[in-house]
Amino acid sequence: MRLSTLRYYFREAFLSIWRNSWLSVASIGVVAVSLLILGSSLLLVVNANRIAQGLESSVEISVFIKDETTPDHVRDIKFEIEARPDVARVEYVPKEQALKEMMENLGDDQDILAGLEEKNPLPDAFRIKTHTVDQVAPLAAWLEAFARVDQVRYGQGVVEKLLTISRWVRTAGAVTMVLLGVAAIFLIATTIRLSVFARRKEIGIMKFLGATNWFVRFPFLLEGMLLGLAGSFVAVVVIYFGYLSLIGNINLSLPFMRLVTERSLIISLMEGLLALGLAIGATGSMISMRRFLKA
Amino acid sequence: MIQFNNVTKIYANGIKAINDVTLRIRKGEFVFLVGPSGAGKSTLTKLLYREEIPSRGQIIFNGKSLARIRPREVPYLRRKIGMVFQDFRLFPQKTVFENVSFALEVTGASNREIRKVVPVVLNLVGLIEKADSFPDYLSGGEQQRVCIARAIVNNPVLIIADEPTGNLDPDTSWDLMNLLLDINRRGTTIIMATHAWDIVDAMKKRVVALKDGRVVRDEMRGVYGHEA
Ligand SMILES: Nc1ncnc2c1ncn2[C@@H]1O[C@H](COP(=O)(O)OP(=O)(O)O)[C@@H](O)[C@H]1O
Ligand SMILES: [Mg+2]
Repeated sequence: MRLSTLRYYFREAFLSIWRNSWLSVASIGVVAVSLLILGSSLLLVVNANRIAQGLESSVEISVFIKDETTPDHVRDIKFEIEARPDVARVEYVPKEQALKEMMENLGDDQDILAGLEEKNPLPDAFRIKTHTVDQVAPLAAWLEAFARVDQVRYGQGVVEKLLTISRWVRTAGAVTMVLLGVAAIFLIATTIRLSVFARRKEIGIMKFLGATNWFVRFPFLLEGMLLGLAGSFVAVVVIYFGYLSLIGNINLSLPFMRLVTERSLIISLMEGLLALGLAIGATGSMISMRRFLKA
Repeated sequence: MIQFNNVTKIYANGIKAINDVTLRIRKGEFVFLVGPSGAGKSTLTKLLYREEIPSRGQIIFNGKSLARIRPREVPYLRRKIGMVFQDFRLFPQKTVFENVSFALEVTGASNREIRKVVPVVLNLVGLIEKADSFPDYLSGGEQQRVCIARAIVNNPVLIIADEPTGNLDPDTSWDLMNLLLDINRRGTTIIMATHAWDIVDAMKKRVVALKDGRVVRDEMRGVYGHEA
């Protein structure tokens, strides 16, 4: 593509945006709002997952085994647990070791456990870690079903709650985003349709001068893409600075809350939003052109 | 160069605008299309630049059957044909220079080529001084000369002029005819639909008379005639 042609495309696109300025502003606004919602819910999900991950290391499943279980049985159960793909690590903790750990934890107060060595009341147990937090609950349920298993314990509640929130945010965010995204696409399609309509005479002249369809269409495609990009740019700027100030505030007031601050992650999120805005704009204009700029 | 073989055009509303026309036009000819309004003159030219497609029959242009041309190739066909209309069809917000250069831009010509060719063409039509004016500030004759400049800037093999003098006074019309004649002498084929009987009679060129979509007369050094 020649530079002069490119310049022509951009000039025409900007001219159209300028002529339909009100509709252009509305399109940009709707794209911005929908991407703002998408971006913030993505950030929320990323952070919720991060916190859940932090909890993950402290979440392990303790499986207490019935007293009369033979070492052979223990070995069989361990093999079976290890064979599962969601299990990261299995540790067998005999009751003696459990008692020793407990005493060590008590430190100076370990006297209260004195005499228990002979008649240890603790059960033998497995300590199991999964790869991710959301594997904990299903695995626990599976373990409950073993005949030799007496009790399954893990940090019930906290993890689920966090995951529920994260899932809920994800769904709500996705639904709003899709609805607003569709609205944005159609608003852009309307804007482009008006641009095409305003130029139908010029388009006619271009056609008899021997302009290819793409030469005629490209400024309109560009117009849609620029509108989408402008909207996503607004969203990105708002999210970026909003998130920075949120990180600052949280570090001051809730220093134990660790938010995601990796630049690379935030930047790729912003890039994704910009690309999505571009795609929304392109889709909007393609819809218009398919209907109003046939051959 | 152009061959119509039993061409019929029936519009969607059932009107038979062209009825079984067989016609041959050689390279370098100057052909007047005459006939009353609604005779099918404009339709005949539209069939040539593929604005319309024949209902029956075939048209050969430059050795190629127009029916075989894919929609994708139509723009390239049109770049070989310069068009001039009664209502000018200039871009009002572009200058004279830009209106002419746009026909080159559309084909992807380089800036260098544009700067080289456009002044030559504007000079030819005598509008080099008005290069930076806007069409609305020009007289009808000047606007039509801009159209001719735009039509020839791509070096077309054929110029189709559909009542180009329809909006011009007699003197200006003659200036325009001399310009077209000049272009024709350089080898460009010209097809001109017109009602200007005095011009047709004076020029003594080939006259194809249409009536109700049929060719009723085709004379090499013809006159406007009385069918109309
Ligand atoms: N796009 C169209 N749809 C339907 N009828 C048309 C169309 N264009 C022209 N016609 C009809 O076809 C006939 C020939 O028209 P036209 O070729 O414009 O004649 P001329 O140019 O000789 O005046 C007329 O009866 C006109 O009404
Ligand atoms: Mg006509």
